[in-house]
Amino acid sequence: MLAFKLAFKNLIGAGLRTWLNVSVLSFAFVVIVFYNGMLDGWNRQGRSDTVAWETGNGQYWHPLYDRYDPFSLQDAHATVTGEAAKLVKENQLLPMLITQATAYPQGRLLNVMLKGIDPNQEILSIPSASLKPQNGEIPALIGKRMAESAHLKKGDHVLVRWRDVNGTFDAREVQVVDIFKSNVPTVDVSQVYIPLSILQEMTGMKDEATLLVASATLSSTQIKGWTFKDTKFLLKDFDEMINAKKGGSRILYLLLLTLALLAIFDTQVLSVFRRQKEIGTYIALGMTRLQVIRLFTVEGSMHSLLALILGSLYGIPLMLFINKYGIPMPKSADQAGVAISERIFPFYSLGMLVSTILLVVISATIVSYFPTRRISKMRPTDALKGKMQ
Amino acid sequence: MQNSDIIKIENLTKRFHMGEGDFTALRNINLAFGKGEFTGLVGPSGSGKTTLLNIIGSLDNPTEGKAIVLGNSVSELTHKQSAVLRNFHIGFIFQTYNLLSVYTVFDNVEFALLLQKHTVTERQKMVMEALDWVGLADKAKSKPAQLSGGECQRVSIARAMVKRPEIVLADEPSANLDAANSHHIIQTMKKLNRELNTTFIFATHDEKVMLYLDRIIHLKDGMVEKDELVPESKTKSHVSL
Repeated sequence: MLAFKLAFKNLIGAGLRTWLNVSVLSFAFVVIVFYNGMLDGWNRQGRSDTVAWETGNGQYWHPLYDRYDPFSLQDAHATVTGEAAKLVKENQLLPMLITQATAYPQGRLLNVMLKGIDPNQEILSIPSASLKPQNGEIPALIGKRMAESAHLKKGDHVLVRWRDVNGTFDAREVQVVDIFKSNVPTVDVSQVYIPLSILQEMTGMKDEATLLVASATLSSTQIKGWTFKDTKFLLKDFDEMINAKKGGSRILYLLLLTLALLAIFDTQVLSVFRRQKEIGTYIALGMTRLQVIRLFTVEGSMHSLLALILGSLYGIPLMLFINKYGIPMPKSADQAGVAISERIFPFYSLGMLVSTILLVVISATIVSYFPTRRISKMRPTDALKGKMQ
Repeated sequence: MQNSDIIKIENLTKRFHMGEGDFTALRNINLAFGKGEFTGLVGPSGSGKTTLLNIIGSLDNPTEGKAIVLGNSVSELTHKQSAVLRNFHIGFIFQTYNLLSVYTVFDNVEFALLLQKHTVTERQKMVMEALDWVGLADKAKSKPAQLSGGECQRVSIARAMVKRPEIVLADEPSANLDAANSHHIIQTMKKLNRELNTTFIFATHDEKVMLYLDRIIHLKDGMVEKDELVPESKTKSHVSL
């Protein structure tokens, strides 16, 4: 307690030098919290959007299905029967049939995934209700990115060619009945949704599906003939991308933190050098060397506590503002290939705040301690004279 | 002076490494200091005055021989024991005051009491009493930079005396002061010496200080040249302080 009291007095007494160090460190502190908050916010929004639009509460895959291998699609389908059929009826599972196809918008050739989805489903956010067939047309639903890349708009007709269960090519025109907007590019880019029953009929795969999407209320259960993939598995790519982003941003804020810590280190080295007489006086007045080392270390590390207070003064209002209005993402973010909202709302978790505080305080304490080790080698008589040691 | 010895120096020699050789600062010193003494170590620069004070203050160790302070052999004390000895029993007064510039006068005087873990009320009372002794109670909230040299040295005396130590070691306390201030601070110390029976040992070559000393130990080239008691009639001790 004494060391804190004395250190605080010394720090405040040091004036401008203290406040310069504290300002730099507080900036590093706010940037670290902001960056982490932004990535956590993006992570949360991205995960929640991906779950809502694509993965649901996990998926049951046909054993041959591999989302990265289009060749597997030809055989990755099976009739939905038994327990699976029962759960589909109870709206606990959403069957989707997926097949490769080629679309010919305005005579161009475009490889697409043709996905059969129940127009009445409520498990995913895909607005499939617009897929109810009318006037004998095959209704198709596409995303905004797909519409832009294929130059398609609502009401357009586009020729689609696919292979049926026997490998025979067939082609028909579908009509774009709606264009949806989603933050999840994997449900949009090169994806064409048509009613499940129509796709089953077109491919000759009556009552068949490639995968079954679980509803939020369905707890994972074994279904014979299907392999369950949980959200952890399904979001692996997204998690890896976030971790890679975190790694990149870590370099930036560690550089910033290093600069701030260097300033503290420099101050400490200078303090021990310039305040030898003071150190000698402390010892003459009855402090042990260890107490003096502790005093100087606490003094250095208190920069981080002052930085925390200063950072909170301008950081909290700033972050509350950002949290309210979000950070707008550029239009080009749509093409990034990852789930990203128009605005990212940072999320500041208690764990992130505590770990950031610990990171700053501990690293400031370490860099404060090292220069003070010299004190233990000082002769008090020389220190009192302020002799260079 | 006639009281039992509280400091004993026995065959003390102190050498310093200087480049490739050794420099002998003190040679075979034998001295004893009693309770309530007002003694000066007198001699030219390099005679070993400060070195002897540092050893008595357990800031340094003898190379040979013994320095026994309040029953403790200085060379046998651990760092912690030395610190306790200095904190509770020895006050220091320095030529350049060595006040902590960012602290107020009150804080400077309070410092030793903080280490002794006195309560706030005790500290408040003791500090104000010490500042009263030196006539600076009205400057308690001032910073050292706002004080004159004489006032700084009086703060330094208050800081040394606030813990009521048995021994006060003053290294050239008047060297940076004018004549009037020198007399003033020595008179203050003499008064405290009488009232509190504290042992004062000075390192000095200031004749103004010598006027007040009861005992003068002349050092030359690290050896005791002369150890003389000054008759009371010849000192300013008899002057009403």
